[in-house]
Amino acid sequence: MSNLNLQLKVWRQSSANAKGTFQEIEARDIPDHASFLEMMDIVNERMIAKGEEPVAFDHDCREGICGMCSMVINGVPHGPEKATTTCQLHMRKFKTGDTIWVEPFRARAFPVVKDLVVDRSAFDRIQQAGGFVTVRTGAPQDANALPIGKDVADAAMDAAACIGCGACVAACKNASAMLFVGAKAGQLNSLPQGQPEKTRRTLGMVRQMDKEGFGNCTNQYECEASCPKEIKRSWIGKLNRDYAVSAAVEAVVGLGNASSGGE
Amino acid sequence: MSAPSSSLSSFVSSSIGKKILVALTGAVLVLFVLGHMIGNLLVFVGKDAINEYGHMLQTSLHGGGVWIARLGIFGSIIVHVILTIQLTKANRAARADRYGFEATQVASKSSRTMIMSGLTILAFFVYHILHYTVRVWHGFGTAKYEIEIDGHKAHNVYQMVIDGFSWAPASIVYLIAMGLLCSHLSHGVSSLFQTLGLNTEKTAPLFKKLGWAYALIIFAGNAAIVLSIWLFGYGR
Repeated sequence: MSNLNLQLKVWRQSSANAKGTFQEIEARDIPDHASFLEMMDIVNERMIAKGEEPVAFDHDCREGICGMCSMVINGVPHGPEKATTTCQLHMRKFKTGDTIWVEPFRARAFPVVKDLVVDRSAFDRIQQAGGFVTVRTGAPQDANALPIGKDVADAAMDAAACIGCGACVAACKNASAMLFVGAKAGQLNSLPQGQPEKTRRTLGMVRQMDKEGFGNCTNQYECEASCPKEIKRSWIGKLNRDYAVSAAVEAVVGLGNASSGGE
Repeated sequence: MSAPSSSLSSFVSSSIGKKILVALTGAVLVLFVLGHMIGNLLVFVGKDAINEYGHMLQTSLHGGGVWIARLGIFGSIIVHVILTIQLTKANRAARADRYGFEATQVASKSSRTMIMSGLTILAFFVYHILHYTVRVWHGFGTAKYEIEIDGHKAHNVYQMVIDGFSWAPASIVYLIAMGLLCSHLSHGVSSLFQTLGLNTEKTAPLFKKLGWAYALIIFAGNAAIVLSIWLFGYGR
């Protein structure tokens, strides 16, 4: 175990409408077994002791499953480690003397609340626009009443691994949310339970995504490279396919028009 | 429920709808550049081969064929350019605040310069049309470049190509444009499969290689014509 001396350049912004700047912060004697968030905790404790305003940042479970921690570290969401969240990034990945840039996720659809905290409720609104299946409450049916192939179940599980952290948006050169929407729509669109609302879901989620002001996918796959849960680009391909079919169904048959073959 | 026309307008105003149209018009142009290159390579077969090919294009469907093709290509270009400009503006607005530390993990240089390579190719396209279709320079529009094929007046395409690329500035402009086209296609061809939803985990690596191979073939074929005339004196 050894300690690191680091130079941080941290984005400071006092409120949503304030102008932000980078603040240089010395981070001395940081244990290399600390996580990145623990390093921020240590830095904040010292700032509080000196009577300074600590750096605001999002965090919750600190075990890589909640999707709350954000931060863009040296230009990469959740930092340089593959398939990890910021809380799973350890300081041993850095060297004494390193300068580390720490910024909020930058996207018009994710406005900064304070410092490194951004408002990701645009994702919640996309989910509310179709990222669910409508089920009647009551006695559940037998699990084996609805056969699902193992490969289909596995693929849907891969998509369901998305924790909605927003790293895909932060990494995308256009701040596009296609990987998130592709995973969330694709998970349900792959399964039999998702079929009845597939058209409505796909159109609803894509339209909400557009309305929130995310950018457009240019197939560069920075999202896939940054995703802590390794969601694959093929979900974007499936979303494109499902959207084309759904738009055609809506145009020709219409929604809520079961007698002519629609939903 | 809404009429088909309003469904169409909501498709065109949606992000994925625009991209699908960009991919489809891109596919038309991708196939066109291949056909165009293969036709042009007839310059190596001989004077009569390319002149008769040019005459065939001009006279197919009683002269209507060339206009159908032109309308298709012009229409595709207009849709492709207008939508990509709209998409690019939306993309810039979506990331109005830049990162202090910009990092790129996997995106190729070509993929990040599509709008610049594309608009430059558009400018080149205008120059190319004035050069060989409208024939405004080098006396290409005069009787000097007219020949007779089967008793019909026809353009001496072969001589125009040879004389056109004997002039260094034109050759340089064409080579730069073909380099940019190669860059544009290296991202565009594989990208269109993803946008049209034809990419799967199994097909994606194949389409990526196909895109690069396609871009290189188009560059090599077109550059060969320019270089063999300009630097190696073919046909002079």
